[in-house]
Amino acid sequence: MSAPSAMFALPARVLHWLMAILIVSMLFIGVGMVASVSETHELLIRIHKPLGIAILVLAVIRITVRLRYPPPPLPADLPALQKLAAHASHWLLYILMLLMPLIGWAMLSAGGYPVMLSESLRLPPIFPVSPDAFAVLRHAHSFFALLLFLTFLAHMGAALYHGLIRRDGVLSSMAGRRLP
Amino acid sequence: MHEPSSRSAGTAWRWAVIGIVVVGTAAAFGYVGGWLAPHRLTPKRIVDQLQQNGGMHPGYRRNHAKGICVAGYFDSNGAAQTYSKAQVFAAGRTPVVGRLAIPGGNPYAPDSSAPIRSMALRFTQSNGQQWRTGMNSMPVFLVGTPQAFYEQAQSSAPDPATGKPDPTKVKAFFAAHPESGPFLAWVKTAKPSASFATESYWSLDAFVFVDASGTRHAVRWRMVPEGAGEPVDGSKSDADYLSADLTTRLAKGPQRWKLMVTLANPGDPTNDATKAWPSDRKEIDAGTLVLDQATAQDSGPCRDINYDPLVLPDGIEASDDPLLPARSAAYADSYLRRTSEEAHLPGTAAPQPKPESN
Repeated sequence: MSAPSAMFALPARVLHWLMAILIVSMLFIGVGMVASVSETHELLIRIHKPLGIAILVLAVIRITVRLRYPPPPLPADLPALQKLAAHASHWLLYILMLLMPLIGWAMLSAGGYPVMLSESLRLPPIFPVSPDAFAVLRHAHSFFALLLFLTFLAHMGAALYHGLIRRDGVLSSMAGRRLP
Repeated sequence: MHEPSSRSAGTAWRWAVIGIVVVGTAAAFGYVGGWLAPHRLTPKRIVDQLQQNGGMHPGYRRNHAKGICVAGYFDSNGAAQTYSKAQVFAAGRTPVVGRLAIPGGNPYAPDSSAPIRSMALRFTQSNGQQWRTGMNSMPVFLVGTPQAFYEQAQSSAPDPATGKPDPTKVKAFFAAHPESGPFLAWVKTAKPSASFATESYWSLDAFVFVDASGTRHAVRWRMVPEGAGEPVDGSKSDADYLSADLTTRLAKGPQRWKLMVTLANPGDPTNDATKAWPSDRKEIDAGTLVLDQATAQDSGPCRDINYDPLVLPDGIEASDDPLLPARSAAYADSYLRRTSEEAHLPGTAAPQPKPESN
């Protein structure tokens, strides 16, 4: 059984679960809005932009928290390859949660669109107007979204594997309590 | 604690739970993203159909492909400020980059190929917000919903045998869509105009103006030419007489339109662009659009602008018209296709120079 100290710090756990909800919602909103021509399209776009900026801000806070409170170590008996996969996928998730909002923001800037977070709140452009750059960034936004979704699936599958099969305390170190 | 125990039934259901959660999440994602919902009308399907109808012309818009860039400004007289807090309606000048075009996906179509002309405008307010609008030279649209638009595009696809739309399919579409009646009545008397400058351009879709107190007003707008009715001898033998006419006119001086805003009465339909509002509705003369420059679209400032009708400043909002989100979504798809082609991204067709004979 894991000792109580083998837990993620409370701020890390709160940020993890809050961002999990936001990022997964964001991925579904993103693929849903570009595949829709109905009123949903407009509603989802209106949520997508401010939610993306919220995730960007939270990601910066989260990485700061991660550096301030080191996470509990993985179980000593976890195979080296699984340890490597765990570390690599976590850093990939951090990189993508920073990168996706920045690409989205840069993409709208390059396309010459005003970056509106609400009816009246406009962010400044972070990239010069360039249709070529728009095309590249827009495709990158889709590609990294798919990569983020696949990484999330792997992360969720691995977490359940730890919680249900290995039952080694890794899932409860983030969940805050033990699963049956 | 975690001894291998794959023989036990307990482990089997645990693996099953993991599989169901992961596969279920992926399937939900696939459904929402449209990959597992092949019958949903998506922007891609609409633009694919337009591309099929107009032919593949890399680098060009998938509809209203033939056009010319224009630039100038809007002089607001302040009259619309009572109804909208948008900065563009405060008395003063707002720069405009626009595009005048004809419908269809073929950038080399003769100007006489359709009786419709279009005007797209981007107003850039000094606070950085923008108002983009795409208008057509007819008072009503031919369909009211994205689904009907898609079916109309399907029905008018060129028959591989003749290269022209199959009249029986076109007839069948309109028989099934009585809402197209007002448009068909208009088109019966409409003739391809010899000039962009003598046309009125209607927003067709309804929008909502929001005033300084937050009160909402349903509106439509149109641009009414000051040079209305001036007969111009457009040489119909020239396929590109519209741009020649515009250049000639601009050499003599700027072209002007009045921006007329129509306020709906309670009960006027805001969700159906096939229905005109009664002619006695209150109208506001909001100011004058002045266009003083024209540039070929291949090199002009309008080329890389997506005239998405949902790029709106604070003070103008979308109505419940179902065409608006569909236009926004389809324009975005078309914009990504043509910018990808211009950027020569792998897997895209390279833009071609204009063919010699046409």
